[in-house]
Amino acid sequence: MPNPPTPTRVKPSTLAKTLGRAVIVALLVLLALTFIFPFVWQILISLSALTDVDLLTQTGFPPALQPENFITIFQRVDLARYFFNSFFIAGWVTILQVITCSMAAYAFSRIQWPGRDKVFLLYLATLMVPAVVLMVPNFVVVLKLGMFDDYSGLILPSAFSAYGTFLLRQFMLTVPSSLDEAAAIDGASHWRIFTTIMLPLARPGIIVMAIFAFLFNYNSFFWPLIITKTANLRVLPVGLLQFESSYGQETPLIMAGSLLAMLPPIIIFLVLQKYLVKGIQLGAVKG
Amino acid sequence: MAQVTLKNVAKVYDKKIRAVEDVNIQITDGEFLVFVGPSGCGKSTTLRMIAGLEEISEGTISIGDHVVNDVHPKDRDIAMVFQNYALYPHMTVYKNMAFGLMLRKLPREKIDKLVRDAAKLLDIAHLLDRKPKALSGGQRQRVALGRAIVREPAVFLFDEPLSNLDAKLRATTRTELKKLHARLKTTTIYVTHDQIEAMTLGDRIVVMSDGRVQQIDTPLNVYKRPANRFVGAFVGATPMNFLEGILESADGRFFFVAGETARIALPAEFSSALADHIGNTLSLGFRPSAMREASPADPQDERITLRTILVEPLGKNADVSCEFPDGTHVLARIDAREDFPVNADVQFTLEMKHVHIFEPGEFGANLVHPPADILAPAAV
Repeated sequence: MPNPPTPTRVKPSTLAKTLGRAVIVALLVLLALTFIFPFVWQILISLSALTDVDLLTQTGFPPALQPENFITIFQRVDLARYFFNSFFIAGWVTILQVITCSMAAYAFSRIQWPGRDKVFLLYLATLMVPAVVLMVPNFVVVLKLGMFDDYSGLILPSAFSAYGTFLLRQFMLTVPSSLDEAAAIDGASHWRIFTTIMLPLARPGIIVMAIFAFLFNYNSFFWPLIITKTANLRVLPVGLLQFESSYGQETPLIMAGSLLAMLPPIIIFLVLQKYLVKGIQLGAVKG
Repeated sequence: MAQVTLKNVAKVYDKKIRAVEDVNIQITDGEFLVFVGPSGCGKSTTLRMIAGLEEISEGTISIGDHVVNDVHPKDRDIAMVFQNYALYPHMTVYKNMAFGLMLRKLPREKIDKLVRDAAKLLDIAHLLDRKPKALSGGQRQRVALGRAIVREPAVFLFDEPLSNLDAKLRATTRTELKKLHARLKTTTIYVTHDQIEAMTLGDRIVVMSDGRVQQIDTPLNVYKRPANRFVGAFVGATPMNFLEGILESADGRFFFVAGETARIALPAEFSSALADHIGNTLSLGFRPSAMREASPADPQDERITLRTILVEPLGKNADVSCEFPDGTHVLARIDAREDFPVNADVQFTLEMKHVHIFEPGEFGANLVHPPADILAPAAV
């Protein structure tokens, strides 16, 4: 005989579950608000008049909106040019890094050569050197090579990336070695295996690497600042610096400019976020 | 088509780990040769050396008339089927099969014909537009096979190609592989750890252990005349039973004495082979099928008494797990019957013509039924 259902015993546990869920959701919402707050603040400042910025902390909202700020920045500085420079430089760096990193990753993961893993460790060790330490030697090299104040000086030093190589090597290690062995027996050279087998299979990894490379270089500030002096070569973060002078800073304009500068990364993230999440999992899950 | 010759082949890793040692095999044109052995015995390494995926540390390998030690895999005229199939995941079945032909720059029409013919032969013509992800295990296996045969190589290399299939599919694919070989008659070298696959597929079997070849012979000879104790234990659907004991002689007869547990009279045919081993510790090996329930007519000193522990009916036969008084485990395969006593002392008779006597140690040589070529070296 079947047992009669006992619904009363299920209830308390579902109640506890719902309560627990509510607490978790509340905490998460709170956390999300904390993250969003600076951006909201930024938007509010970008819409304020310079004289109202100090008032914001008391009122929480600008007494009068001033959306003209977004037009003013284009009139005061050559923002379009800075946008172009940022995209141009970050784009080239990304393309070059995809090429160099994927080739290096193939060599570090698929080709046997003496001392390979030691060289790789050495290569990885360069990640531990703070970028600031390398700033001066890099500057001297770039200067000597005649690349100072030139696109080449902005692009070429970033054309290689130990981090990108590491990321792609880890990704390529998850591709079964029998695939390249099968291809080798089928008659493929290393170059052929790299281009027709490995690159298509490593595509998710390459996309992640490219996104990281683009975002990192799009945001870079210090290197472009010291390696250029011509106004035409300024990138966005450097260009926005013009709103800051010894007489004080024009906060609303800086905020408006950086808000516009933030848009491309946000769009890139929204469009490609499924790859980014995959990239963060890289190495954690094999397969 | 080609013959393959391995001469004193060895593989040494890091200058000290000897994974494969002194392998000498002559594989004739059109032969189906199976390497079998437990994992880590060096069979796959040997195959990979033939394929050119591992460097040959010592010795030479020839395919046809050419020593291929320094020849790139693609120029060895071989095709290989991998355990995980190694299909290119981003290519369709058609492209997977055509890839090798395209790299060899064959005309497009020729490639198309070869691929479609092979697909038809393997019954995968309807799958040509699919990608490997959309195929079942058995279908992937066929595609891997198709990729190999489409190239019409001189030698096929198989690295455990069936081990990822379920038991039923494995059996049918095994049969098809055998049919395919009968049809194509391409020299085939096949690696497996499954001794049933080895027995059923091979014209000859190479049993390997510890990086060394233990025996090369036809499946039946390997089964009936195992060269040493390891081969006897490894080959055969049920493992061989072993008894450790001392060889004694009395009244012109030989006895195998296993302490208090058994004293077994050995037939007169064994005498010449065993004459030099009196007083030595040896192992007696017999397959479960060499045992039967004793009948009153059997001579008393060919019987052994065992305690039955468990009966597993298999249909026509039944496997009986038994123990000697000292705890030595023995498996007997007898004709099945309902009322077979369990937890009782039962007398079994050994069929002496199926009994082997080995020298001590894991690789102790078979003294009474050595492989034919050892018995009659003059015939070679």
